Amino acid sequence: MQISGAQMVIEALIKEGVDTVFGYPGGAIMNVYDEIYKQDGFEHILTRHEQAAIHAAEGYSKISGKVGVAMITSGPGFTNAVTGLADAYMDSVPLVVISGQVPMTLIGTDAFQEIDSVGISRSCTKHNYLVTDAADLPRILKEAFYIANSGRPGPVHVDIPKDVTAQIAEFDYDFEVELETYKPTTKGNYRQIKKAVDAIANASRPLFYLGGGIINSNASDEIRELVKLTGIPAVETFMARGVLGHENPLLISMLGMHGSYAANMAMSETDLVIGIGARFDDRVTGKLSEFAKNAGVIHVDIDPASISKLVKANYPIVGDVKSVVNDMTTIAREKVDKQRYEPWLETIANFERLHPLSYNEDTPNLKPQWVIEKVGEMLGDNANISTDVGQHQMWTAQFYPFSRPRQFSSSGGLGTMGFGFPSAIGVKKADKERVSINFTGDGSILMNIQELMTSVEKKLPVINIILNNNYLGMVRQWQTLFYNKRHSETDLSTQPDFVKLAESFGGVGYVVRTKKEFEDALNDAIKKDVVALIDVKIERLENVMPMVPAGGSLFNMMLENKGDK
Amino acid sequence: MNEISQRRVISVIVINESSVLSRITDLFSARGYNIESLTVAPIPESKYSRLTIVTSGSLRVSEQITKQLHKLIPILKVIEHEDIVEKEMALVKFSLDEDISAIDTLAQAYNGKIVNVGDNSVIAMVADESKRVGNFLKAIQKYNPKEIVRSGAVALER
Ligand SMILES: Cc1cc2nc3c(=O)[nH]c(=O)nc-3n(C[C@H](O)[C@H](O)[C@H](O)COP(=O)(O)OP(=O)(O)OC[C@H]3O[C@@H](n4cnc5c(N)ncnc54)[C@H](O)[C@@H]3O)c2cc1C
Ligand SMILES: Cc1ncc(C[n+]2csc(CCOP(=O)(O)OP(=O)(O)O)c2C)c(N)n1
Ligand SMILES: [Mg+2]
Repeated sequence: MQISGAQMVIEALIKEGVDTVFGYPGGAIMNVYDEIYKQDGFEHILTRHEQAAIHAAEGYSKISGKVGVAMITSGPGFTNAVTGLADAYMDSVPLVVISGQVPMTLIGTDAFQEIDSVGISRSCTKHNYLVTDAADLPRILKEAFYIANSGRPGPVHVDIPKDVTAQIAEFDYDFEVELETYKPTTKGNYRQIKKAVDAIANASRPLFYLGGGIINSNASDEIRELVKLTGIPAVETFMARGVLGHENPLLISMLGMHGSYAANMAMSETDLVIGIGARFDDRVTGKLSEFAKNAGVIHVDIDPASISKLVKANYPIVGDVKSVVNDMTTIAREKVDKQRYEPWLETIANFERLHPLSYNEDTPNLKPQWVIEKVGEMLGDNANISTDVGQHQMWTAQFYPFSRPRQFSSSGGLGTMGFGFPSAIGVKKADKERVSINFTGDGSILMNIQELMTSVEKKLPVINIILNNNYLGMVRQWQTLFYNKRHSETDLSTQPDFVKLAESFGGVGYVVRTKKEFEDALNDAIKKDVVALIDVKIERLENVMPMVPAGGSLFNMMLENKGDK
Repeated sequence: MNEISQRRVISVIVINESSVLSRITDLFSARGYNIESLTVAPIPESKYSRLTIVTSGSLRVSEQITKQLHKLIPILKVIEHEDIVEKEMALVKFSLDEDISAIDTLAQAYNGKIVNVGDNSVIAMVADESKRVGNFLKAIQKYNPKEIVRSGAVALER
């Protein structure tokens, strides 16, 4: 079939099973948008900023497990999208992002809206392409989807010059991707797995350290089975929330900088770390030389470069979580005696009793933790949760009762303020049955506030719960604790009227000061089923606790929430 | 033990495509690895090129370099050499006023010779192990070299 490059893009997306494209048009990508106009194979969602298009595609991908797709124009369209690409790269989110480029004949001439897009995206994508001939497009697009969603997932950027989208060439999409130079290992080495299970069977205080790779691998069921079978306690990273589910008796909590005391003490006292799909991030390990100091380390990861990057693995296993864990479970059935770990569980229960995750309702103002727990109580499994970045994000990770994988979409690795709202729009598109909540801050929400329009126009209602402390709270917390309370440029006392703001776009807004008002507002927002901003006035100086100061050891936590008092 | 910094020679076989070199150099600069020298040329009658990169770092760093290089999609193979033949070339320009026959004798000791004689200068070439090329360049200092160019190392496993 002889068709244009622009038509090829449409055909390829449809053949890949894409049902949603988030994007924003412009000169260099107009040929493709012309074809979008003519087709009905997928829905295009016009966001109001390119960064939001990428975050929406991320939210869509995280909840659905599918590759997220976004489309943008050259120059400023592309540069606006860079933060999104970087975000997806850090959090291993599979995306295909297609950008227009100036015509081949003008490349290198400082043409209107020309920027070296592939030069910029190289360091924040898994792979990228500049398409120089329409005849290459079918192969490149197919490779892009394959690379994005195999091995360690990540964003792939395809830059297409305008004249290539007009060029006619042969389109054939019925072939298998054959990449001689890219063959991710999925099956773990069986002998190595056996050795690892032997180590587990001989350990006294083993600990599962579960990461986001389990969700990438869709292996939560398998992990739940292995944890249950072995009776070994587990901690989750921020990216793994929902893997075991909050009711799992063997789940301690999140570990790391804002992890629970028990989770961090367990990591400090364990004699065998069983790391699965986790990358030993510095927010998790604290001071490396003190991290799990007396423990052996099993590390299962599909990316060999994650293994022994920061913490030396004694049992490195390169492979896909699902396949490796299935093998582990088979071997563990024979070898592991769960009674062996009972004294260890006792120790952990003591840690939990000593300093449970908690907060004090010691002020007249609402506490953010209460708000999050309340949403959990009212909606629980019935909501998908996005967040922005800051204190509200950490409280959400600590206090929301996540019950399943792919319930949570948040920016972990890059920590991108402005992620939450567009993410929640993508989440809603992926799962219309559930309520899409975005826990956000009074700082973050303004970073992509224009998405009120997208949400209203496309009838993708999101309930934004602004935990409003009139501060860039997370930065304010560090200033309080480590900069002698010099609150430099973090006071956000000057605020918009969030109710009017929401209403002006056709949404609903609420100001909330009491528990009753909050419940009423949330119920009303759910009923109204349009985009909502719930402006919850919370205790201004609440700190996220416990906390491991940056570079400190996990066992040296600040525990008390003294605020600024 | 893993942290002692050492000179390391890595060969990389890549698909011959326009952006591949920048992918590699971007990776080195983004991750803070240093490049002492880098050579590239196509492998005859194939779609591949071979790079020889000389770098330095601890065992841990060099393991990461190898693994991170492997992750780049167009890279076929990354070889960290143990037992290698390594050669590097250097060209040095001298004024005709210097002791040319002494320079020639010296060059010959390093697999080289005078390769060009011009109106007022000569060019000597040597091809040897990188370390020995370094020695040669030290030895010829007294003949006031006007310009020096080194090719960077190329290497093959024995
Ligand atoms: C303000 C702030 C505070 C934070 N505080 C904390 C904190 O206290 N605790 C915390 O945990 N995090 C915290 N984070 C998040 C942190 O920055 C990291 O994003 C997070 O710890 C990384 O989680 P992860 O190790 O599970 O890795 P991910 O980023 O989810 O990486 C997944 C790993 O799994 C591998 N993988 C992917 N797919 C597969 C597969 N199919 N099979 C096998 N392996 C696979 C990947 O190669 C990678 O190594 C914070 C973030 C912010 C913004
Ligand atoms: C784009 C971006 N800019 C700056 C930061 C640094 N930063 C991290 S948290 C934070 C404060 C966020 O404030 P708010 O959204 O009100 O959340 P709170 O911490 O108050 O809950 C800032 C400025 C960031 N993470 N992202
Ligand atoms: Mg705030």
